[in-house]
Amino acid sequence: MLEMILFASIKVVVVVAAVLTGCAYSTLLERKVVGHMQHRMGPNTAGPYGLLTPLADGLKLIFKEEIKPANIEPITYMLAPMISFVPAILTFAVIPFGKDNTFFGHDFTLVLSDLNVGVLFVFAVTSLGIYGIVLAGWSSGSKYSIMGAVRSSAQMISYEVGYGLSIVGVLIIANTLSLRELVELQMLPLWGTVSFLPNWFIFSQPLGFILFLTCAIAETNRAPFDMPEAESELVAGYHTEYSSMKFSMFFIAEYANMIAVSAVGATIFLGGWHGPFLDTMPMLSVLYFVLKVFCFMFFYIWLRATFPRFRYDQLMAFGWKVLFPLALLNTIVTAFFVIL
Amino acid sequence: MVAEYLSVLVFIFAGIGIVLFTFLLSKLIRPHNPYPKKNANYECAEEPVGSSWFKFNNRFYIFALIFVIFDVEAIFLFPWAVAFGELGLYALIEMIIFILILFFGLFYAWRKGALKWV
Repeated sequence: MLEMILFASIKVVVVVAAVLTGCAYSTLLERKVVGHMQHRMGPNTAGPYGLLTPLADGLKLIFKEEIKPANIEPITYMLAPMISFVPAILTFAVIPFGKDNTFFGHDFTLVLSDLNVGVLFVFAVTSLGIYGIVLAGWSSGSKYSIMGAVRSSAQMISYEVGYGLSIVGVLIIANTLSLRELVELQMLPLWGTVSFLPNWFIFSQPLGFILFLTCAIAETNRAPFDMPEAESELVAGYHTEYSSMKFSMFFIAEYANMIAVSAVGATIFLGGWHGPFLDTMPMLSVLYFVLKVFCFMFFYIWLRATFPRFRYDQLMAFGWKVLFPLALLNTIVTAFFVIL
Repeated sequence: MVAEYLSVLVFIFAGIGIVLFTFLLSKLIRPHNPYPKKNANYECAEEPVGSSWFKFNNRFYIFALIFVIFDVEAIFLFPWAVAFGELGLYALIEMIIFILILFFGLFYAWRKGALKWV
């Protein structure tokens, strides 16, 4: 029992540290990539190529004075950053990072907890993040905050439905909710016959993948669906009245959510840690996984640099009138194919 | 299986721990100098007018209602999809009837203008 807790704790520490570092460097990646796309340099003063910028940002935010507005609800105001941060990193508890390994005679699985309902867990936890946003907006006592929170909740619940339905097609093919089994299924040859391609679900579920990607961007409140914090109209949306470390918790949560949906997308549709030469070098699997997540992240940043923001009515109409019927249609068509 | 959920629990505690630790650390080292003007709510440098808990568009409420209906549908679809391999054609036809009813509901809401944002 004690050894079990010790093992779990070590894994938790490693995963949390990796995720937080990933979040910190995603901010740098975003600023660098958007900068270069707009013919700027991006941050380049702190450290070589600006590599120490996230560290400097973190230090600055810790030393910042915190301004607590007069008419907040103190308890909810303090709980809100926590409620958005914890679910954001909790997704990584069930994501398989790599092939099973042996270290020092111990069998070591590179997944924190291999739940048999992994997919459900991921979706449950992702939708918890909305509480943080709503509570933050409500308890701040500012008009901009509550407007951002209300918009955000309506947007997130609208895309939640499409987000969940977009992967039902995969579940029909795979017949499992465990993320580890999903990855193992994707290691087989494509449709059992094409030997030079892996059985990644992106090949059998292209529409599902596109729907998943779109809904994931809307779920994480990223451009072009970033209505909740539309800077030009709502100042900063739900975290207008937050400063210092409480603000940075929201900031980290946003990036952690981005990495989380990228990791989920890579696991469900792109074969997770699967790649060539894994038999000889199992540690390569972690690299493959990170690469796939990186591709998703780059795509998100690319979208942000390319597209203008949706109008709010267009955003809601798109979610309900396009994505949701398409996801249902995808489900039915997939079920027909599987039956035939 | 208990061990798996145990590590999820450890993960939750780790997350809460990180948040509390950073809050505490920042409380210890940051300056603290509040005064009424600074603590006023932000409203583009104006004095805040009225309560911040204003009335908002009841469209949001209608969307919440629609969401509840269709999210429950999604929950019904998940176990059906996982067990689909064993259930076969019978389950497919049943589920298509179910989905068609909900499609009809969506169409009804659409025609009634519940999805329109004015």
